[in-house]
Amino acid sequence: MDGDKAFRIGLNLTAFLFILFVGITFLSLIIASGPSIKAFGWKFVISTEWDPTAGKFGALPFLTGTLLTSFLALLMSTPLAFSLALFLGIYSRKGLRFAYILDYAVDLLAGIPSVIYGLWALFFLVPVVRWMEIKMNITPFGVGIFTASLVLAIMIIPYISSISKEMVAMVPQDLLEAGMALGATDWEVVKNIIVPYCLSGFYAGILLGLGRALGETMAVTMVIGNFNGMPKDLFSPGNTMASVIANEFAEAVGDLHLSSLIQIGLWLFLVNVIVNLVGQVIVRKVSIRR
Amino acid sequence: MEKEIILETIDLSAAYGDNWVVKSVNLAVPYNKVIAIMGPSGCGKSTFIRCLNRMHELLPGTKIKGQVLLEGENIFDLPPTTVRRRIGMVFQRPNPFPTMSIYDNVLAGYILRGEKLSRAERDEIVETSLKKAFLWDEVKDSLHKRGTFLSGGQQQRLCIARALAMRPDILLLDEPTSALDPKAQAMIEELITQLKETVSIVLVTHNRAQAARVSDYTAFMYLGEIVEIGPTPQMFTAPKDPRTEEYLTGKFG
Amino acid sequence: MSTRARRIKDRIFKATILSLSLLTLLPLLLILITIISKGYSAISLDFFTKLPTPPGDPGGGILNSIVGSLLLIAIAVVISVPTGVGLGLYLSETRGPWASLVEILINTLQGIPSIVVGILAYLWIVKPLGGFSALSGGVALAIIMLPTVARATQETLIRLPTSLKEAGLSLGASYTRTIWKVILPSAMPGILSGVLLGVARIAGETAPLLFTAFGNPYLNLNPLKPVDAVPLLVFNYAMSPYSDWHQKAWGASLVLMVFILGINITIRKGPWKRR
Repeated sequence: MDGDKAFRIGLNLTAFLFILFVGITFLSLIIASGPSIKAFGWKFVISTEWDPTAGKFGALPFLTGTLLTSFLALLMSTPLAFSLALFLGIYSRKGLRFAYILDYAVDLLAGIPSVIYGLWALFFLVPVVRWMEIKMNITPFGVGIFTASLVLAIMIIPYISSISKEMVAMVPQDLLEAGMALGATDWEVVKNIIVPYCLSGFYAGILLGLGRALGETMAVTMVIGNFNGMPKDLFSPGNTMASVIANEFAEAVGDLHLSSLIQIGLWLFLVNVIVNLVGQVIVRKVSIRR
Repeated sequence: MEKEIILETIDLSAAYGDNWVVKSVNLAVPYNKVIAIMGPSGCGKSTFIRCLNRMHELLPGTKIKGQVLLEGENIFDLPPTTVRRRIGMVFQRPNPFPTMSIYDNVLAGYILRGEKLSRAERDEIVETSLKKAFLWDEVKDSLHKRGTFLSGGQQQRLCIARALAMRPDILLLDEPTSALDPKAQAMIEELITQLKETVSIVLVTHNRAQAARVSDYTAFMYLGEIVEIGPTPQMFTAPKDPRTEEYLTGKFG
Repeated sequence: MSTRARRIKDRIFKATILSLSLLTLLPLLLILITIISKGYSAISLDFFTKLPTPPGDPGGGILNSIVGSLLLIAIAVVISVPTGVGLGLYLSETRGPWASLVEILINTLQGIPSIVVGILAYLWIVKPLGGFSALSGGVALAIIMLPTVARATQETLIRLPTSLKEAGLSLGASYTRTIWKVILPSAMPGILSGVLLGVARIAGETAPLLFTAFGNPYLNLNPLKPVDAVPLLVFNYAMSPYSDWHQKAWGASLVLMVFILGINITIRKGPWKRR
């Protein structure tokens, strides 16, 4: 019996240390951001000037870059991801072999490392976008906000589609048959039965994709152009919160620079935790309903 | 009378949360006999025998009142592992350990308890236990294969051998044939009648005919109470309580 | 609405979801084709057995990155597997508010951007030790891998029939020994596939290594010194102006892809198929 008690205590200790660990995570980010928070306060998030040599740090360009790329990416990938979810959810249920293959392929897409997306985007998407920009008569950077959004959009499709697909697959068969028995077409069944049933799952999928897009680093860093000012338009180079950390952290000049980069990391952390928690709440509610 | 009783419950009650599903049960189990507990599903019979080897208390939120005397000693004063070693159990669904060979499955109790045995002792225990469980001839050439490749009936006999290997005083059988086909069921019933020479048996079943075929005594449990108990022939031919009669004639359950 | 109009609408809908679904396949195909065609020519025996050469010099390989990646993965596995299995076991054996909290925190940890994890490893290990190291990179990767292992363990354990644990206990075994000898061995395939999934995930991680493992053009096995990693090399070489380094970046990507896809396919097709 003593062995059992020791074992139980060991398990509880593991859990306790883990909780402590997550707490320390948050605390150490706050402490390390301290100098930067003290020096700039709220100005940090509304100032557009980021000049390490002058000791001036304002993160608004990166906030803008992150929000622009993430939402643009969502805008592009959501229709694709939902089509995919409906297609897979409906047709793998009908046993269509092609749906399984597609499902598998999308899973592979999720497994490709970010740096490889970046490499591919750098040598494939960037020239394509440059060509487009020449045709459109704007400065042909090739790299920039738009290119970063494009590669992000590709990367987050599997994240949005996977949870949405599961929802579609969970719609009870008799509900669908009831619709079919009334003479409804596939489209009518989707519109009136499947979509309302899966709506919260779709939201959770979007949140999951958003979370991933907000924190995505490598692919974005490689194609966004690494420009520290406010982006002028969608095709101009920029930086995101994650990409500026990736670019400058190892070569930070002075403690204030480092601390400011860590503060950006802290914001990234907080935003992600919130997006994640909301997503978890939705998923929990959905699974309780069933 | 005292000498003939191996296990006795005194006002035994058991609950999940505040729902008392076993209510003040008094039951005595004689040496080398089969006692069947029958009743409709949900009557508390499974919960009752899970109290006898202290398995009930493993589930969260459960409560137990009363006493269970094993040869005069209250089992709630003994370490649960000791109680369970002396009182073996076979479950509704066959549950051989999927990662162990047939050989190791029979010895699982010793392996799990960390009791060291010599090679000769191990071989001896495996052979006698499998023979007692009517399984030796079927598996003696594949002792080192996984137990999960056996048929359902064979798996259940393997589980019986596993329990017998610990040389328990009492064997609790919780609806041991309800997941098996009729042929496998007949074999296990035959086995039960043989086993009582070495071990006392408590059999829980919702199958009235099974209780009639294999047991010496039968108890009828309904809504958490023992309605009636007596020698099996008498219970089935001349039940005293009207509820027993209704159950036996198929009015409920 | 007429039946005809409804039919047409249905057709349009079906054509739309089919073509949009197919469109998602396009990038996958493009990426695979590009990597295979460009990476193939970079790969030779030397690629795996030699150290890098300066830009312009022919030959050379990525041995330092491969060894570095293996070292980083080994450190991450050693740290995250015991902790992850412990947490998964805790979750499957515990009910109540604490267990819910741990579960939420694990999910939250999974969502933290990997670059932020890199910052943490920098603050906790690089700064106190006074330099970049394989250890700090391994710790960062361990933090990223931990939720995958914990959740795989928990899910596998929850799916095991309770009768298995009961069988162990009913033989008079203690709780601890039942867990060690029955439950964990039975859960092994699921836990193993979780570990492999975690390894596949961290093998391609780059961001948390930028300022922890840092990179190293030489072979290094000392966990307290900087090491290179295959994804780190892909990044550094891709961003360099040298076309022969670009070539090597494609080769390294191909190696990385084969490794990661290999694990993914093993998990799904192999005996460790998760259900």
